[in-house]
Amino acid sequence: MRRSMLFIPGNTPNLLINGAYLGADALIFDLEDAVSPDEKDSARNLVRNTMKYMDLRRCEVIVRINSIDTDYWKKDLDAIMPQKPALIMLPKSGCAQDILTADAYMTEVEERLGWEKNTVRLMPLIETALGVENAFAIASASSRVAAIFLGAEDLTADLRCKRTKGGNEIAYARSRMVVAARAANVDVYDTPFTDVNDDEGIRVDAEYAKSLGFTGKASISPRHVGVINEVFSPSQKDIDYAYEVMEAIRLAHEQGRGAIALHGKMIDAPIVARAQQTIAMAEEMGVGKVVDHE
Amino acid sequence: MDIIKKASAGTLESSDVYVEIEPGQGIQLELESVVEQQFGDSIRALVQEVLAEYGVENARLHIADRGALDCVIRARVETAVARGKGE
Repeated sequence: MRRSMLFIPGNTPNLLINGAYLGADALIFDLEDAVSPDEKDSARNLVRNTMKYMDLRRCEVIVRINSIDTDYWKKDLDAIMPQKPALIMLPKSGCAQDILTADAYMTEVEERLGWEKNTVRLMPLIETALGVENAFAIASASSRVAAIFLGAEDLTADLRCKRTKGGNEIAYARSRMVVAARAANVDVYDTPFTDVNDDEGIRVDAEYAKSLGFTGKASISPRHVGVINEVFSPSQKDIDYAYEVMEAIRLAHEQGRGAIALHGKMIDAPIVARAQQTIAMAEEMGVGKVVDHE
Repeated sequence: MDIIKKASAGTLESSDVYVEIEPGQGIQLELESVVEQQFGDSIRALVQEVLAEYGVENARLHIADRGALDCVIRARVETAVARGKGE
C-alpha cells in the first residue's frame, strides 16, 4: 500500500532520522533537487547510512537519484542499491531509452550483488513535455518499472506556463499519465501540492487526483500526509461493499450460479477486481474483517 | 592512503555533526558535544572505528556534535575522510 510518499531532503539528518514517524506510507530520500552539487557526496553517504542503520519502521524507501545526464547517477546507484530500496526514482525521464539506460546499470549492480534482476524497481519521474508525450513508452519500457510519477513544477516550467492551485495547466498531463500507467499496468502517482499552509487546498487537490485514477500522491510537507492517506484510503462503506461482493461471489459459486447480482446490480469482473483491491488495502490498514464461512 | 588536505563535512544544525579533518601524526581527536558526558566515549570509539575502516592512521580531527545519531556521525566522518583523501 502506497497512498502517500513524503519527500525528505537527503542531506538533512533531522528529517531523515524522523521521517519514519511522520505517517507516510513511503519516504522519498532525495539526492537530486534538494541537494546542492557540492554536497552530493555527503547526502549519498548520509542516506546510505540512514538506510543501513536506522529502523525505518514500516515505511517503504524510495530514493530519488540524480538524472542520467549528470555525473552523479551511477555513484548514487552504487551507494544506494546495496541497501535495497524498494524503488529508485529516476528524474527527468523523457523517453524509453532513458529507462533502458538506467535499467541496464541497475541490472549490472544487481549482478554484482548476486541479486535477481528487478530486485529494486524503478519509478520514472515524468516532468517534461517530452516525458508526458512518451508516458506509455516510459511506463512499458522495462519490467523494472513499477510506477510512474508526475512532477508538475518542472513540467510547467517546460510548458512555459504558471503553476496554479487549480491545476488547469496540468490537467492534460495528469490524465495522460493515468491512462499511460493503467495501459502499462503500473501504478501512478500525482505531483505534490506545494502550498504547505493550505489545508483545504491539499484535500481538494488529492480528491481530484484520486477521481482521475491516481494510485496516490507525493508530498513535500508532513502536514499533507494525513489528508493524502485519508483521501486515498477506501471508506468504510467501500470496505463493507467489497466484502459483500466477495460473499455474493462465494455464495453464487456454492450454488452453481453463473450470473450474480448484488442490490440489483450485476457483479462482473471489474467490480470483483476492485473489491479485491479494496479488501487488500483494508487488511493492510488493519481494518479488514475476519470472514467466517462456517 | 592518508589524509592529504584539510576537509570538512556536516553542519552545526540540530541532529547533525560537523567534522573537520586535516593531515596529522597518529590520530588526534578533539570532540565538542552537547552529550559529551553521556556519549563522549562512544562517539570517539565510533569515529576511530570509521577511520580504521577507511585505513586512516594519521589525521587530526575536530568534531562538533549537535546530538547526531551514530549513522549520521558515521556518514559525516566517511565524507570528511573521502574529501580529505582528495577522492
